[in-house]
Amino acid sequence: MKYDVIILGAGLSGLAAGIRLALFDKKVLILEKHVEVGGLNSFYTRKQRTFDVGLHAMTNYTPKGVRTSPLGKLLKQLRFRHDEFRLCPQEMSEIRFPGKALRFTNEFEFLEQEIAEQFPSQIDGFRKLVARIREFDELNLDDSQRIPSREVLEACLTDPVLIDMLYCPLMYYGSASEGDMDFYQFVIMFKSIFMEGFAKPVGGMPYILKLLVDKYQGLGGELRMGAGVEAIEHKDGALQSVHLENGETLTADKVISSAGAIETLRLCRPAVIEESNLETGQMSFMESIFVLDRLPKEIGYDKSIVFYSTEPRFKYRVPSGLTDVTSGVLCCPNNFQYPEPSSEGVIRLTNQANFGLWDGMTRSDYRAAKKEYRERGVNALLTYFPDFSDHIIYIDSFTPKTIFKYTGHLNGAVYGSPTKIKSGRTPVKNLFICGTDQGFLGIIGATLSGISMANLHILQAEAKSETGRN
Amino acid sequence: MTREQVRQAILNIISDIAPDEDLASIKDEEKLRDQFDLDSMDFLDIVMELRKRFNLEVPEKDYQELVSMASSVEYLFPRLKDNELVS
Repeated sequence: MKYDVIILGAGLSGLAAGIRLALFDKKVLILEKHVEVGGLNSFYTRKQRTFDVGLHAMTNYTPKGVRTSPLGKLLKQLRFRHDEFRLCPQEMSEIRFPGKALRFTNEFEFLEQEIAEQFPSQIDGFRKLVARIREFDELNLDDSQRIPSREVLEACLTDPVLIDMLYCPLMYYGSASEGDMDFYQFVIMFKSIFMEGFAKPVGGMPYILKLLVDKYQGLGGELRMGAGVEAIEHKDGALQSVHLENGETLTADKVISSAGAIETLRLCRPAVIEESNLETGQMSFMESIFVLDRLPKEIGYDKSIVFYSTEPRFKYRVPSGLTDVTSGVLCCPNNFQYPEPSSEGVIRLTNQANFGLWDGMTRSDYRAAKKEYRERGVNALLTYFPDFSDHIIYIDSFTPKTIFKYTGHLNGAVYGSPTKIKSGRTPVKNLFICGTDQGFLGIIGATLSGISMANLHILQAEAKSETGRN
Repeated sequence: MTREQVRQAILNIISDIAPDEDLASIKDEEKLRDQFDLDSMDFLDIVMELRKRFNLEVPEKDYQELVSMASSVEYLFPRLKDNELVS
């Protein structure tokens, strides 16, 4: 049995690549080692409640009729109508620092107005920055130019607090690197969060994933669950076959892997030397989900998402302790414009966390530490928000260790390696990567990554060679 | 296929590629790119659908012939006239 393409991982990028290929009658197989689809944007069920992982909100929201945005392109490429995603826009979000608050909505002018009011001396510089962002071609797959964002920001803005406040959401929602990010990634994140916006699908990740899986399988694509890959065999740098953990060997003309760049190269047999040139991602998070006996709005939580720091300067780096509660992201999934209000109130809290420390603990210490850091996280929130402890009816927390266990991404690094491979190429011929390590960020970004890699390395390559023959 | 059927075949393809568009209002002489913001990825899809549905290869140098509905019909009619319309 020979496939045209085998895809590793049934996350958003793998499923999107699969749909593109199946649309054009390629014989495609997606291998997923977990029992659920979704990868870094999946879901889990505890006590009859289903929780999304990864999805606070979908970024890159644009309304129906906007055709040239990433979401508009994605819908066309996967052939969905906008309505099918059932997206409900956010109400209002906020960036909260000591003595400063910047609110923002899906209308960019609102943020501009907030900055003009809160940072009057900075507004001209901010407009200059926005002009640079608008003219920047962040989707260019050519990898040669690298600009540190901080240089660009400091050339436009002089207030370090405003710079940190702008960084805070962009880092939390997409930076694989500590301290700073490449300017093209800053632009992607800035556009996706501030210029486009947040939304949540009715039915959450289970709904979106089912939509993608149904489309993929409806087009004849094959999906195997619980199918871990043991090795990718190559001979003199050219792809040969894929070996599964169950001993089976499969062959394909091309393989696209969403397992991560280093993770994929480690599967290669014989070993490929380039692995050592790639950095492992380090940034990971702890997240707690609180189910409440009432809606968050009733107890003073009226924003969709709040990015906060309790210190005047915001730090984005692997914390020296287990979890750093001095900054975080607070998400109230109820505060989106759903057609029907949801029955239960939920608050989600995300903080930066250290994979090595969480991973090194004994089982009982681990459980106790989860409880302790969850409580510390809630206490830090009290700097800005009312106490909601009396209203909690169910709690669950996950750590970088949990993320590694279910996704296989080293260090539980949800945004992958700081070194992105925009072309998707690997040292092995006909083996490509897509997803987090290819460089498009966020949920829409991951999906577009799968689309663009399938287009570039399979569909376009083929269209060119076919027409060349005529 | 008749000219009208070739036109319908192209409409079917565009409606599959861009399911949110109202194609009743299409202006045959106007550029598809301008009317529906079709980009190079979308044109690649049109070319690939033509191959899939009609086994027709459009070489890269001829992509410009697909710029509007009218020019597409002009270009495709002689190449598709012996085909049956499929949806």
